[in-house]
Amino acid sequence: MSHEYNFAFLDENTKRMLRRALLKAVAIPGYQVPFGSREMPLPYGWGTGGIQVTAALLGPDDVLKVIDQGADDTTNAVNIRKFFSRVAGVATTERTGEATVIQTRHRIPETPLREDQILVFQVPEPEPLRTLEPRESETRTMHALADYGLMHVKLYEDIAQYGHIATSYDYPVLVNGRFLTSPSPIPKFDNPKLDRAPALMLFGAGREKRLYAIPPYTRVESLAFDDHPFEVQRWKEHCALCGSGESYLDEVVTDDRGTRMFVCSDTDYCGQHRTEAAA
Amino acid sequence: MYVAVKGGERAIARSLDLLAEARRGDTALPELGIAQIHEQLRLGVARVMQEGSLYDEELAALAIRQAAGDMLEAIFLLRAYRTTLPRFGYTLPMDTAAMRVQRRVSGTFKDVPGGQVLGPTYDYTQRLLDFQATGEVSIERADEPLAERMPRVLDLLDAEALIEPVDTQSDPQPVDLTREPLMFPADRATRLQNLARGDEGFLLGMAYSTQRGYAESHPFAGEIRMGEVDVIICPEELGFDIEIGSIVLTECQMINQFQGGNGLPPQFTRGYGLSMGEGERKAMSMALVDRALRCDELGETEQAPAQNQEFVLSHSDSVEASGFVQHLKLPHYVDFQAELSLLRTLSEQHARHTTNVPEPIPAQEPAEAAS
Repeated sequence: MSHEYNFAFLDENTKRMLRRALLKAVAIPGYQVPFGSREMPLPYGWGTGGIQVTAALLGPDDVLKVIDQGADDTTNAVNIRKFFSRVAGVATTERTGEATVIQTRHRIPETPLREDQILVFQVPEPEPLRTLEPRESETRTMHALADYGLMHVKLYEDIAQYGHIATSYDYPVLVNGRFLTSPSPIPKFDNPKLDRAPALMLFGAGREKRLYAIPPYTRVESLAFDDHPFEVQRWKEHCALCGSGESYLDEVVTDDRGTRMFVCSDTDYCGQHRTEAAA
Repeated sequence: MYVAVKGGERAIARSLDLLAEARRGDTALPELGIAQIHEQLRLGVARVMQEGSLYDEELAALAIRQAAGDMLEAIFLLRAYRTTLPRFGYTLPMDTAAMRVQRRVSGTFKDVPGGQVLGPTYDYTQRLLDFQATGEVSIERADEPLAERMPRVLDLLDAEALIEPVDTQSDPQPVDLTREPLMFPADRATRLQNLARGDEGFLLGMAYSTQRGYAESHPFAGEIRMGEVDVIICPEELGFDIEIGSIVLTECQMINQFQGGNGLPPQFTRGYGLSMGEGERKAMSMALVDRALRCDELGETEQAPAQNQEFVLSHSDSVEASGFVQHLKLPHYVDFQAELSLLRTLSEQHARHTTNVPEPIPAQEPAEAAS
């Protein structure tokens, strides 16, 4: 019963279907393109959308980096990287600068990306309006009419109730001035990195069977109000390992008496920063 | 000194070893054979084939063994394998009227042409745990063989025009849900395809809810039949039919009351369920849910979960549901950190607010306070 899998697991016809859907996604920035998502050998919700996009992109010369929570060594990132080195035999790296394709869950690397790089996001819920309106038939209509009043009301209610917008990740963005889009559950800290970025950004939602894209240098605006401008997270602390005061920090509990330390969530950035500091 | 958690790769490798050891169990006992599983656990095999959307008893049995008997995991394994298989073509519609029936019961007529046939069923076993090993069973042959072709019970009602007619000519070519995304509103063929792959437990619960007042549709089990049906393909380049084998199917046709509406006269309506292998509970549940989901077409008010196609069809698939529920165990440090810092801000704000509220009334103006 043994058999050889095709390069990057998916058969070529499926890859072609994916590439067509991706081209459509790039042509209509932020629009969710329905696609014939396949059942992957990893569970839904664990990156099947991102994996399908990566599989459709990879060529034998690509260098792949996979991160989860900004880190290369989290179990799911390890597992997906291993999957591709097994079924595609491509080179892998942990260095952001060396990768041609970066698959990510929940973060955008701190190191700025270049035009010759593609960032692939794993997306659990592609519909930014889902928590406000569960019916797909309704949300599709709202997108068609660019009727995003519901989201603005939600943000306004946050301000009325808490004094500021109470969304800290998966913070809604308007892509190219047209489509309300989920940036995937990245912290809003990363939202500014989406705006007019040189790298192509592709989003895959396997379970929900949707793809979308933010092409290079596309305007990406985080929703806000004139008197309540968009703000990102800030820490009083610096990274305990590399001393960076610029990066997104993970909080680590070091004992049961309330002691905390903060370290970079981007492990590659942190490592490089330490090397530079030592030099 | 804190050291960043490393070694995910090694941890995964060790975990796989532990899993293999746990799955194998006591090595003093022989490993289960694939044939043992599909011969002796045939109903589990049927469920895995049905929800795995692949009729292959050996692969289903292999998946059950590999999954240590976890049916949802076995279904997932089979689906992940199935997705890599090339699609050679599509069969002609299967003719269940020509089924070589092993079981056939109707809850609507005391006797029907071809008779009521119990076949192998757990229905009347009395559910006493049997502590003895199963000995040899001697089967007594019937005096005469079953009819080769049994008319469907619902076709008998059809002849009297008491039940909604089915026009097979107007039946559109179904979309292939394993190749195309599910879009709403979904037509009946698409809904049935989704339900056929749907989780038995989920469908059972939804079906049960329709019997308890949530979209009551007064069902009768018009007919349930189980047996072998021939699988026929007609390759385009040859232009003639070829029988490529036969598979066991369970079909359930429910008869439901209908008061009339949407321009239709009062009549009986149909709910349909079909399952690979022996899957009676699944087929019956599917038929009830199918009927409930027809509310739009029949002009019934949509008021219950079982009638809401987005609700039912988006949540029926065990592979999707299990993956997404269980993805919560993946790291969410980054989002959690974002929420922590937000919550800290909110709670500081709240503390400031609550300490501000009972602002003491200035003592020097007692007269104003009293007014």
